[in-house]
Amino acid sequence: MLRDVAKRFRTPGGVVHAVRGVDLTIAPGETIALLGPNGAGKSTTIDMLLGLVPPDRGTASVRGRAPREAVDDGLVGAMLQAGTLIRDVSVRELVALVAALYPRSLGVEKALELVGIPELAGRKTQKLSGGQAQRVRFALALVADPELLVLDEPTVGMDVESRRAFWASMRAFAARGRTVLFATHYLEEADSYADRAVLMANGAVVAAAPTSEIRARVGRRTIRATLDAPDPKALLALPGVAATERRGDVLVASCTDSDAAIRALLEAHPEARDIEIASTGLEDAFVELTGADAAEPEPAGAR
Amino acid sequence: MRALTYTRFELVRTFRNARLLIFALGFPLALYLVIAGPNRGAQDLGGSGISLRLYYMVSLVAFGAMMSLISTGARIASERTDGWTRQLRITPLPARAYLNAKLATGYAMALATIALLATAGLALGVRLPAVRWLEMVGLLLIGLLPFAALGVLLGHLLTADTIGPAAGGLVSLLALVSGNWFPLGDGLLQDVAQFLPSYWLVQASHVALGGAAWSTTGWLVIGGWTLALGVLARSAFRRDTERVCTGRRGNLAG
Repeated sequence: MLRDVAKRFRTPGGVVHAVRGVDLTIAPGETIALLGPNGAGKSTTIDMLLGLVPPDRGTASVRGRAPREAVDDGLVGAMLQAGTLIRDVSVRELVALVAALYPRSLGVEKALELVGIPELAGRKTQKLSGGQAQRVRFALALVADPELLVLDEPTVGMDVESRRAFWASMRAFAARGRTVLFATHYLEEADSYADRAVLMANGAVVAAAPTSEIRARVGRRTIRATLDAPDPKALLALPGVAATERRGDVLVASCTDSDAAIRALLEAHPEARDIEIASTGLEDAFVELTGADAAEPEPAGAR
Repeated sequence: MRALTYTRFELVRTFRNARLLIFALGFPLALYLVIAGPNRGAQDLGGSGISLRLYYMVSLVAFGAMMSLISTGARIASERTDGWTRQLRITPLPARAYLNAKLATGYAMALATIALLATAGLALGVRLPAVRWLEMVGLLLIGLLPFAALGVLLGHLLTADTIGPAAGGLVSLLALVSGNWFPLGDGLLQDVAQFLPSYWLVQASHVALGGAAWSTTGWLVIGGWTLALGVLARSAFRRDTERVCTGRRGNLAG
């Protein structure tokens, strides 16, 4: 559906290779997360896909059409980063205006219903809260019922409640058989809401795979257990264990084969208790794949 | 069709903005009433035989109209800053339709200013033959063309927070050196001012005072500035719509 071959982008004020050759094909109906730290090239990639920025080389296309044509045909809808709604109009008027610009549309009522804010139709745009304004921008992106919906860090500035409601709306839209591409640096969002994650770092794709597969590629599980006298060095010798750490009485072992490791651990330490085995989060996989310096993930507390 | 939809939307939105109306329309009106109201009986301004209420009506008409068109730039700049221009770029609305809507709004504001001041003038006893009115308004609308282009140019070059002082200062200066507030006399200023579009805009308004319509020089100056500013505005507009607002998000781009 979307074929985006080897692209590179230069910005003024020194050559910044924002995107150094990205190949990306998205199947219809797929939900894809474009994942990466600030400066990874996510927004630039999206801008090229939408025809906002011409690529230096390579081509972006949607359904075999140039981005601009796809936009004109109403095939693409997008919610861009950090926009403010214009003032002095009601939500209904604004959504109706954008709907009227497209060849076909869902209609205002349906769009507002999909994003879960039918009750705000009569409200003036300047009287909306941050989260509500984001939902209106979401409605603007999907009112044309586009085949490809592009969301560039859509949940920035939303509280937890709005965030949950937002993703529920996104899923409802995707369930109509639509393709969704969203950029995020919240790893858990990619993990929870995307079929596939494309990891970007320094303007290049470093991994593209189903989210479960990316986690598996790093393939580690973590075992935590309370032991009487954990000796990290000795425990490192156990089969399947790649790294160990002692936190008080608690042993934390990162395992390449957690099944083998837990058997050996119980044999060596029958007193082991409070055992937890967890799969490595996408976050850890991400750090591993992009390299620690490139990653610098967002502070976890910000979520 | 889309272009019309957007223009109507833009007009509705603008004329609903109470604060904008108060400052853009109310300010010249209030200024006029303050100056001409108490002096409505002054029939012979500086021995010219022109009444004060008429003189200041046309002065404020020229000033208000010029301001209206340059203010188009402020609306463009703030919508660029807000990301609305960018949002529109991912709809089928052609960039030119956006620009036309903005120009239509600027002209609508100029006409509203003229109508308000004319009504106030009438109320204070200004009487002019209809032909004079038509001639003045017609010339004003043409004389506003370079300012329409200037507004678009500034709107694409400046940001929302710099365009206010820039446009305000520029309009005040142009009005001052173009004889909008008092006659220039026959000095160096007069010689230089003749090459400014604002001078001929003021001359257009002075048609109502019994002045002559534009000379050939007038038409050439207005035409030249329209062409020059139009070309610059066009290139600024093009450059900006090809890469809408990407520069300012440099630190956010991820």
